[in-house]
Amino acid sequence: MPGLLPAPLVPPGERRGLVWRLLIVCAVAVVTATVNWATKPAQAAPRSGIGEALVYSFAISLLTWLFIDIGRFVLRRPLRAEPPGWWPPPLRAAMLLALGIAAGYVLGTGLGDLYAGVSTWSLLRDNPNRFTGLLVSSLAISAAFVAYFFQRGRSEALARQAREAQLRLLQSQLEPHMLFNTLANLRVLIGIDPPRAQAMLDRLIGFLRATLDASRSDRGTLAAEFERSADYLALMQVRMGPRLSVALDLPDALRSAAVPPLLLQPLVENAIRHGLEPHLAGGRIELSARRDGAQLVLTVRDDGAGLGGRPQSGSRLRETSTSVRDDGAGLGNASPPGSGFGLQQVRERLRALHGARAGLELRAAEGGGTRAEIRLPWSEAP
Amino acid sequence: MNLPAAPIGAPIGAPIGASIGEPITAATTALIAEDEPLLAAALEADLRRLWPGLQIVARAGDGHAALEQALALRPTLCFLDIRMPGLSGLETAHALAEDWPAAGAPFPLLVFVTAYDQYAVQAFDAQAVDYLLKPVQPQRLAQCVQRLQQRLATQDEGPQRLEAALQQLRGLLGAAPAAAPLAPLQVIQAQTGHTVHLVPVEDVIYFEAADKYVRVVTAEGEHLIRMPLRELLPRLDPARFWQVHRGTVVQARCIASARRDESGKAFLQLRGRPETLVASRLYAPRFKGM
Repeated sequence: MPGLLPAPLVPPGERRGLVWRLLIVCAVAVVTATVNWATKPAQAAPRSGIGEALVYSFAISLLTWLFIDIGRFVLRRPLRAEPPGWWPPPLRAAMLLALGIAAGYVLGTGLGDLYAGVSTWSLLRDNPNRFTGLLVSSLAISAAFVAYFFQRGRSEALARQAREAQLRLLQSQLEPHMLFNTLANLRVLIGIDPPRAQAMLDRLIGFLRATLDASRSDRGTLAAEFERSADYLALMQVRMGPRLSVALDLPDALRSAAVPPLLLQPLVENAIRHGLEPHLAGGRIELSARRDGAQLVLTVRDDGAGLGGRPQSGSRLRETSTSVRDDGAGLGNASPPGSGFGLQQVRERLRALHGARAGLELRAAEGGGTRAEIRLPWSEAP
Repeated sequence: MNLPAAPIGAPIGAPIGASIGEPITAATTALIAEDEPLLAAALEADLRRLWPGLQIVARAGDGHAALEQALALRPTLCFLDIRMPGLSGLETAHALAEDWPAAGAPFPLLVFVTAYDQYAVQAFDAQAVDYLLKPVQPQRLAQCVQRLQQRLATQDEGPQRLEAALQQLRGLLGAAPAAAPLAPLQVIQAQTGHTVHLVPVEDVIYFEAADKYVRVVTAEGEHLIRMPLRELLPRLDPARFWQVHRGTVVQARCIASARRDESGKAFLQLRGRPETLVASRLYAPRFKGM
């Protein structure tokens, strides 16, 4: 609850990175001090000890680090620094960096002067070239480091996000309700129709293998993707009987397109679970793929319950809808854990892999039901 | 699937004693509500094997059909899958308890069937409700059958059985996992054509489910909103708005009086509206003198 408990200054997940950066800054400060001390021209001033150079170097680097790296957490509200990464948007980040470096340099130099009993600012009068050289070199070092950390923090955050998305995908795929119902059907088929039971088991094996592989890899082909969807839909057809009809359309030219594995799965599941299962008459699911210039377009369409018949604001309705039928909710009205994740998961994976170049759109299909469309950059799997 | 016809014989667990108004039927009957055809057929076959005297009188693929058939055929037992289209198994049980005629056949013994539901299973255990987990293991089904037969042999008729079921269902309703807290609605926005009417919730006398809509009734008139009652409910303050029926939620301060009848229902007189509302058996116990 905001306001009741003070939020920690630095979010727990970020502390490790912070300490690492502090250590690196210290190491660089030592190196800079040594270089500065060793290259200081003898005529500029009486040769001082390395201690002085260290004080300057540490004061400037640590203050700069403090203003930028701690500053972005302390001022996260006005800066709009948000997870993942906790970096502000570009313009605010640039301002933070510029101010942090400037303040770090001025205050750090002041501290150094205090220790050395000299005034660096007088250098500005006496030897402008030398002053500018010092200024530019320390600014360049700070900026380079900040840029490096910025990049690194960002890619770490993205990698973490992708890992989390994969884990959630795995959890939602191995949804116990689906598994036990499928096994219950399999158990019945073994008794009355062994060949069909074997076929169903093969589908289940394919589905489980794909799910486990998908949790470890980011690469797959569209052909494999369609095959896994076909496995899942075949399992659902055994379960739902004549209530479910299925059509898959994958042009040959697109079979080798690269897609992250099980990308379609949450959409297919969503269509079954929220579109067809609650629909008394069941319905039809159509999966199709097409190429649109540099983009691959994947569509999952169902003619089921639709988005709820209410005015749409994007896809939020379907995702948060409490009309979702589920067992936990049989008791109350809560959505089961995991039900809202499907679409969000797809979005997160697309964003982690392709940024703004990919997206998911959900809208009411013409003639009832729902149509989900994924767009992502076209590339062929190696 | 080739299934043997049910042999005719003395039912093991035939009810003892006469129920009100009707002679006891010779056979124990059952309804199976399950939307997955293979599972429904398998449960039927297993039950026939374990309980030869049992007559499966109906198989329903969704909650609405299950409710309709159960009310029409009055089976002794209902096996209700929890996850079904239309109404869930629990909603079906709920509706059945509200609509079951007071006179006539005793209320069916209910057995819920589910593949995996942590909350539901915990609640079933807590309320001593019969349930089966899918895939249904033969030993477990045999135990269940035995238990049902014992209950049929020992339990008293009609009213007691309904009362026991009501107690359990009230317990299950109370055991619902707490939904994510939602900010209570302050204003109901009801659209007619291009006009949106804003109705402060304190002006609402009652909400009533009507098909896919909810009627929002005030002293002045009524509006229709498209939000289903089950989505609306968590957004109403439960201390002010009381559910009195699966399809009715009344603002407590607008209830002038409640008169209970012998069937367990209560009739509510309202302040500000001439009509009388019915509180179902499930919720009527809320109306007692202090």
